[in-house]
Amino acid sequence: MSTADLEPQVSALRAMTLIVGRELRLSFRRPEQVLQPLVFFLIVTTLFPLGLSLQLSLLRDMAPGVLWVAALLSSLLSLDALFKGDADDGTLDQLALSGQSLTAIVLAKTASHWLVSGAALVLVSPLVGIALGIPWGVFPTMLGSLALGTLCLSWLGAIGAGLTVGLKRGNVLVSLVVLPLAMPLLIFGAGATDRAAAGISPAGALYLLGSLCVFTCTLAPFAVAAALRITLEG
Amino acid sequence: MWTWFYKLASPPSVYRTATALTPWFMTVALIAIACGLIGGLGFAPPDYQQGDAFRIIYVHVPSAYMSLFCYSAMAVAGAIGLIWRIKMSYALAAATAPIGASFTALALVTGSLWGKPMWGTYWAWDPRLTSELILLFLYAGVMSLRPAFEDPARGDRAAALLSIVGFVNVPIIHFSVQWWNSLHQGSTIAKIGKPSMPGSMLWPLLTMLLGFTCFYAAVVCMRLRGEVLNRERQSAWVREAVKS
Amino acid sequence: MDSAPQGLTIEKIHVWRGDRHVLRGVSLILQPGELMQVTGPNGTGKTTLLRVACGLLRPEQGSVAWCGRPIAGVRPQFHSALAYAAHEPALKGDLTALENLRYLVGLKRPVRTAELEAALERTGVAPCAQLPVRVLSAGQRRRVALARVLAMRSPLWMLDEPFTNLDSAGSALVTDLLREHVSAAGMALVVAHHDIALSARLRRLELQ
Repeated sequence: MSTADLEPQVSALRAMTLIVGRELRLSFRRPEQVLQPLVFFLIVTTLFPLGLSLQLSLLRDMAPGVLWVAALLSSLLSLDALFKGDADDGTLDQLALSGQSLTAIVLAKTASHWLVSGAALVLVSPLVGIALGIPWGVFPTMLGSLALGTLCLSWLGAIGAGLTVGLKRGNVLVSLVVLPLAMPLLIFGAGATDRAAAGISPAGALYLLGSLCVFTCTLAPFAVAAALRITLEG
Repeated sequence: MWTWFYKLASPPSVYRTATALTPWFMTVALIAIACGLIGGLGFAPPDYQQGDAFRIIYVHVPSAYMSLFCYSAMAVAGAIGLIWRIKMSYALAAATAPIGASFTALALVTGSLWGKPMWGTYWAWDPRLTSELILLFLYAGVMSLRPAFEDPARGDRAAALLSIVGFVNVPIIHFSVQWWNSLHQGSTIAKIGKPSMPGSMLWPLLTMLLGFTCFYAAVVCMRLRGEVLNRERQSAWVREAVKS
Repeated sequence: MDSAPQGLTIEKIHVWRGDRHVLRGVSLILQPGELMQVTGPNGTGKTTLLRVACGLLRPEQGSVAWCGRPIAGVRPQFHSALAYAAHEPALKGDLTALENLRYLVGLKRPVRTAELEAALERTGVAPCAQLPVRVLSAGQRRRVALARVLAMRSPLWMLDEPFTNLDSAGSALVTDLLREHVSAAGMALVVAHHDIALSARLRRLELQ
């Protein structure tokens, strides 16, 4: 048997489809892992009106920022599930040894993670929007910016998760690592929603958010794969 | 040719070089800083808009510049370590990190001291200072990540990767904070800007920049010696060096 | 006759974990049809050696070559030819045994359900195929992990303590599978305290 005989027989696309299928199946078998960050999102948005003021006009001004900060924090919570399970039971080793490129594997895992965390958040956000008094006209911008933003966040979070997966008490460290990197995201995302709420066109902010998203989605997979290789050496 | 380079990058050689260079850098640093301070505090004329308050730029601007310079140096050293697997590069990155963080803190403190006469308050979310603050958080992330690993070699690699990711993000963060500030800025608060610079104001600033850079070089050499000794503590040459 | 070198060649591997010099200049050659057992007291780096051989861990010094080429250059081909079983069974508790196999073996080669069921049958856990792995006993999980190794149909096996949690019937099964694999020109690198009852074609590497 020489090396020539054993080229990988499964294409990257097929492998990624398999992994997405695996991740989604696992998520549906543990629905609480998907629901808990969403509930956290709702709870955190409740904290702001309770802590500050019930004046609806004031809330409305703050709403985009509150929404975004809550989305950011609840995304951090769901990051734990991204690599930790696989690292703990040894499946991450198997994925790394599958003959598929680690970057492709990372792409599939993060995309499925976004589907069950970020996309779910976007679906729940109208409830929060109503609770915080965001006008209906702003909803498209809000949903669009959240969709782009949570995607970006999944990638930044994946970098943080990939770096800290083997560590005890890695959760706080993940936040410390990811939050500064996520600040531009917050600025553009909340800024877009804000501008829409003020009646100004959010297009500029959305374009900036979009280009940030493209930039992150292009480079982050390599960074996450590199981070996982460092983790696997342990 | 590469063997020469690897010899240069070997721990004993790095230790010797660092020991030799420290006094030179420190001397130049102290002279330059002294000249810069005398020039800036004594000789430069007061700015017609800001009066004497502007003089803090002689510490603030070099600190801010060094905070970015150190982060870049840390990221580049990390990249060299990851790509060419040179262990001393990681030592340099580890030695630079706290120095850079200190410069960032100094920039923040001097910036807010400058802000008091300008804005009436110590902190007004000025875009440059906000960017510096986020830079401080980036330093905190890298400096917390390294010791979290049991195996120091993995800690070095993880910290190197994070500093590269942060490095790529620094311009993005800077731009986004400027953008954010342009949305929310009231016209009453002026940004910390450099005053218009005649020569007599400029040369002390450049001298201070040189001084700060040499100061960094001197301190990093000192820290590097400690890092090298710590990392190589199992090897024979370290035991010899410590005995003598 | 194929003149290209076959098999796995490991030369003078040095690995440090923090301050500990775990592997000191370990070398081995594994050819098709050979079984090598790695033994030694605890902490001598047997698992580390396996991880270096797989390519998960890069050694500070030394090289690992597959069919004469350094593994860094032929990673996809090398990993396609490799089946690794770690000390942990590497199974997701929430998936059934069959699903576990499908999602891992399916990344290496296209498999049909019938093949996976046959592999589970061979290792004696066919009734567990539709059960979530978390309800299986440790011995059953070990057998499912073995089925995974079988189903991958890779020439090179690397097994870390495959006899753990198995009763005497299970140990006999592992020995049988190894014998069949090696007879079919496969090769295996096995970390085991147990003495493997295969006198022919068995070589030992003892780590200090």
